[in-house]
Amino acid sequence: MNLELVLILVVLTNLKLLGSSRLGSSIRTVGVQGLLLGLLPLVAGHDLTARVWLLAAGGAVIKGVMFPWMLMRALRDAEVRREVEPFVGMLTSILIGIVALGASFWLGHRLPLPRPAGSLLLVPVALSAILLGLFLIVSRRKAVSQVLGFLVMENGIYVFGVGVVQETSLLVELGVLLDVFVAVFVMGIIIFHISREFDHIDTDRLSMLRDWKP
Amino acid sequence: MMAFVHLLLALVLAPLLLGVINRAKALFAGRNGQPLLQLYYDLAKLLRKGAVYSRTTSGVFRAGPIAGLAAVVAALAIVPFAGTGAPVSFAGDLVLFAYLFGLMRFFTVIAALDTGSAFEGMGASREVQFAALAEPVLFLALAALARQAGSLSLTGILGAVTPAGPAWALVAVALLVVLLAENARIPVDDPNTHLELTMIHEVMVLDHGGPDFAFILYGAALKLWVLGALLVGVVLPGENILLSLVAMLALAVAVGVIESTMARLRLLRVPQLLVGAGALAALALILVMR
Repeated sequence: MNLELVLILVVLTNLKLLGSSRLGSSIRTVGVQGLLLGLLPLVAGHDLTARVWLLAAGGAVIKGVMFPWMLMRALRDAEVRREVEPFVGMLTSILIGIVALGASFWLGHRLPLPRPAGSLLLVPVALSAILLGLFLIVSRRKAVSQVLGFLVMENGIYVFGVGVVQETSLLVELGVLLDVFVAVFVMGIIIFHISREFDHIDTDRLSMLRDWKP
Repeated sequence: MMAFVHLLLALVLAPLLLGVINRAKALFAGRNGQPLLQLYYDLAKLLRKGAVYSRTTSGVFRAGPIAGLAAVVAALAIVPFAGTGAPVSFAGDLVLFAYLFGLMRFFTVIAALDTGSAFEGMGASREVQFAALAEPVLFLALAALARQAGSLSLTGILGAVTPAGPAWALVAVALLVVLLAENARIPVDDPNTHLELTMIHEVMVLDHGGPDFAFILYGAALKLWVLGALLVGVVLPGENILLSLVAMLALAVAVGVIESTMARLRLLRVPQLLVGAGALAALALILVMR
């Protein structure tokens, strides 16, 4: 397993997320992506100190096991299976994903870094994950998909962080992991409550919750 | 000289590939299956028959199968096999390669429309829709290979392929999807179906008979061979002609396995498959461009 292979697999999981409408398989895809990100610190060419091992193990456990498990539970409670009609169709999503990928490669080569990253792919992949996560958040209707978009975006930031891990401290990385953990935990609870109160988790219909209609 | 040997091999062996696919499918289904040489028997039978033409059709209908066969034979002449260069090769022949298939499809479609049958019009519309999605995939994959090889002719590209790296794997997968889609194989179209509502390719040739139908069947077999030769050239570059022939047969078995283990996709899902393959090819192109 070398660095480039892991990064390309991360990109492929992102593309799969854009094209799949089944929420269960989307959650599993994000889980696979989390496990890949757990591998990332080990293959990124850093010295394998206890710190790096801790980061890898923490990332894999939290992103690859805990998040999918929590989201699966939220999904089961909410009793939805599919993203039925997203704001942007699956085909258009994939096309936009390719464009975003090209744009982040173009941008990634023009960003000056304090020191060269382990691989030329690192920055573009991180940028594309951030862009695609953002896109998933705005283009999907179901709360679970939006949480997945948030996770993908965070994964992008994580990729970026791991690329320069010897400069960021372990404390910061673990702090971010903990923050995201709490965020997903809270989102899982919110999804459960939304679905219990309104019998669905379409977030755009929450906008009807106002007392005055024009 | 070797290039013409390949040409001859392709012309003789192409119908065998379909026999191998059918035999693989039969084995999976627990049947004995039709003889390996069934398509040769069918072609011989059809060539001895006379053709029947409907009074509503015009010359376009008669020209369709012949023009289609001519286009695919021309495509065969520019694709290299087993490391030896193609008989015809020039810079940019990959564009001609893609559009010879376009020409073949155009004539099949226009002959189908010429019959005035509603079913054939439906099949034509679907065929063109999926082809429009498969073509960019082929071009993106070829572009990635061309960029890597620094050459614009198929002979140069396949001569310089290095079978390693993520870009190569992505291109191979994309080309496999193109092969399945262009040849109307299972995830896209079921060659055995005879329900007009779901047919794509088969429905367009319903009205052809006799030698015309033989040309169409033979043209389809050659098309499978040509795209297969391209895929084998990318996956297993090498000079060994025997190894390449075995690889072609293995590819036919693989197609048979795919057909036996996968269900046909719903018509609405087919564009997703093709655009997904396009995404893989585009990623490969981005990877080799940087």
